[in-house]
Amino acid sequence: MTYVRLAGQFLVIAALFAAVAAFANWPAYQQFPRGSAIVILTFVHGADRKAECRLLTSQEIEKLAPNMRRVQTCPRGRRPLYVELDLGTRAVFRKSLPPTGIAGDGPSRVYQRFVVPAGKYDVAVRMRDTARVEGFDHTREEAVTLVPDQTFVIDFRSERGEFVFH
Amino acid sequence: MIGAVRYVLRRGFELIERPFERLFGPALNPLAQLGALGFFFFWIVAGSGIYLFIFFDTGIERAYESVEYISREQWFHAGVMRSFHRYASDLMVVMVATHLLRQFANDQYRGVRWFSWFTGLPMIWLLYGSGITGYWLVWDRLAQYVALTSSELLDRLPIFGEPIARNFVSTGTLTSRFFTLMVFMHIAVPLILLFIMWVHILRISRPKINPPRTLAVMSLVALLGVALWNPALSQGHVDLAKAPIGVGLDWFYLPLYPLTDIWGRGGVWAFLGAFSLMIGLMPWLPPLRRARAAEVDLAHCNGCARCAEDCPYEAIRMVRRTDNLPFPTQAQVNAALCTSCGICVGACPSSTPFRRSEELKTGIDLPDFTLKELRERTIAAAKALQGPARVLVFACEYGGGRRLDGAVRLPCVAMAPPSLFDFVLSQDLADGVVIAGCAESACFSRLGAAWTKQRIAGMRDPYLRARVPRERIATIWASAFATRGVIAEIAAFTARITALPRKKLRSPQAPTTALPPNDVPAEVGSAI
Repeated sequence: MTYVRLAGQFLVIAALFAAVAAFANWPAYQQFPRGSAIVILTFVHGADRKAECRLLTSQEIEKLAPNMRRVQTCPRGRRPLYVELDLGTRAVFRKSLPPTGIAGDGPSRVYQRFVVPAGKYDVAVRMRDTARVEGFDHTREEAVTLVPDQTFVIDFRSERGEFVFH
Repeated sequence: MIGAVRYVLRRGFELIERPFERLFGPALNPLAQLGALGFFFFWIVAGSGIYLFIFFDTGIERAYESVEYISREQWFHAGVMRSFHRYASDLMVVMVATHLLRQFANDQYRGVRWFSWFTGLPMIWLLYGSGITGYWLVWDRLAQYVALTSSELLDRLPIFGEPIARNFVSTGTLTSRFFTLMVFMHIAVPLILLFIMWVHILRISRPKINPPRTLAVMSLVALLGVALWNPALSQGHVDLAKAPIGVGLDWFYLPLYPLTDIWGRGGVWAFLGAFSLMIGLMPWLPPLRRARAAEVDLAHCNGCARCAEDCPYEAIRMVRRTDNLPFPTQAQVNAALCTSCGICVGACPSSTPFRRSEELKTGIDLPDFTLKELRERTIAAAKALQGPARVLVFACEYGGGRRLDGAVRLPCVAMAPPSLFDFVLSQDLADGVVIAGCAESACFSRLGAAWTKQRIAGMRDPYLRARVPRERIATIWASAFATRGVIAEIAAFTARITALPRKKLRSPQAPTTALPPNDVPAEVGSAI
């Protein structure tokens, strides 16, 4: 009787453990529809400062502590970036990206994912990072073919001042 | 509302616990060992993790290959250890979740128990932190999905200057330093978890941190069987140029990840915040109204420490004597830890209803339900008994006997000192005594059932005297939903008592002299 009971106990424990092991990697999760590709627009880039550096007047210099005196001042705050992304005929992204940081002096950043059916697309990305109100400072347009499951990344290299597709 | 949810859950647990208790018995019932099994699986995870670390390469290029080597070429030891590591982690989540739900269902989280409940909250976060960082280390397709989704979630918080998800969208952005950091995290977070696990049980006396050996052995063998049947394997090397669109998910650790696609990252964070806030506040929603804490009467305390030994919540400690009595120590109650269960009253050797003092007093007592009052209620309940076999029931107010007419209700049956049962039978107040406690594997006061059984069996101070006929005492351990079963067991016991010859045992002293006249109704004396 004891052995039968022990066997029963073991079977219950084994069944519970087996159920746990089964749910440890099943059922599979399909994050996106089959045949999809992912386009990721992501970069970190600082726009120009809100105002240019200017020379301080002699009165302004005198008001500063002797050890803090300087001849020019440069405002810390940066402008927001304005970014547009078109995929084919669809305008998927139009956004003004504020600078980061408490003082608003950090770079703007973006990380945006778009799920699209695999296929051929005319990709156009544009960015404004200066004081201009019309037109763009950086653009790139290219026809790309996205295969299923592909991750297509649109990045911006600040040091080179150009968009990079990879 | 919370009470209704608790009731439904308790009903649900009742449905599972009864067959489990029948099959395993109270000692081996896994549902009564959830905390201990949680610790047990933690040690398995720790041990198997140390073993795996011998073979694991923390370099970004070699991490995946080293795990494949573990799983494929060295499957018979390292591969099994990987499965142990994985499945024991999952089982720990199951134990923690079930433990949390069960404590809630049994209302064992409010009042002074808030501390263990509250410290359980960081444990949940740390447990998930440990598991999720572990998934990154394998550096397979699932790791890619976990890394990407985790970093996207973290990027939702205004903490990082640069989106960390950028590291996982293209090749060449990650270095081996990242893996070193992840290994460090995967070791540091579980260590912090272990520390919090220790804090979690600080206010519990005799915490169960090891399951019974039989249960532990069965669990190990079952784990080995599962490891061989369904070994934990990787899901293909990371390819950052391809999106991890379909992955086999660990639904114990990663159930919220798919929700990021439905609710959005902000929605998941809102859910996590609301969940944590709710768990954190639950002990006070609403606060538990409990009776006043036990109080020590130094004139009757000889510092024997039995109350401190039996207290389930470390609420009593022995301190240096403060009066002139010739004992080195005295009991001191920490009211903030006392649940007013009365187990200490039942443990005190001064708690004897035979005492002939003007007013029945004991070394430690509940101010809202004194030993004197217990004796009076016992005598009054016995007076109302009728029939050929008068059976007096002492019922736990959380057990199946709590609604029985004529029962003497106690916050815990272990509040009744064994001498009270002796008193009832030797004074001929009843022909039999039933001690109806709550379910053994879900004792509301944790140790009440165990202590009562040991005292009656003569294994724990204060013992039930040898002269007390054991055939006239029955113990029934049943949950609040098992009233019908309790009634049936009492009926069967009553029938057995009826068939017994009339008891011969008598108190050495006549009842009229054993108790002061103002304490004992005249009818009791005349009944003998």
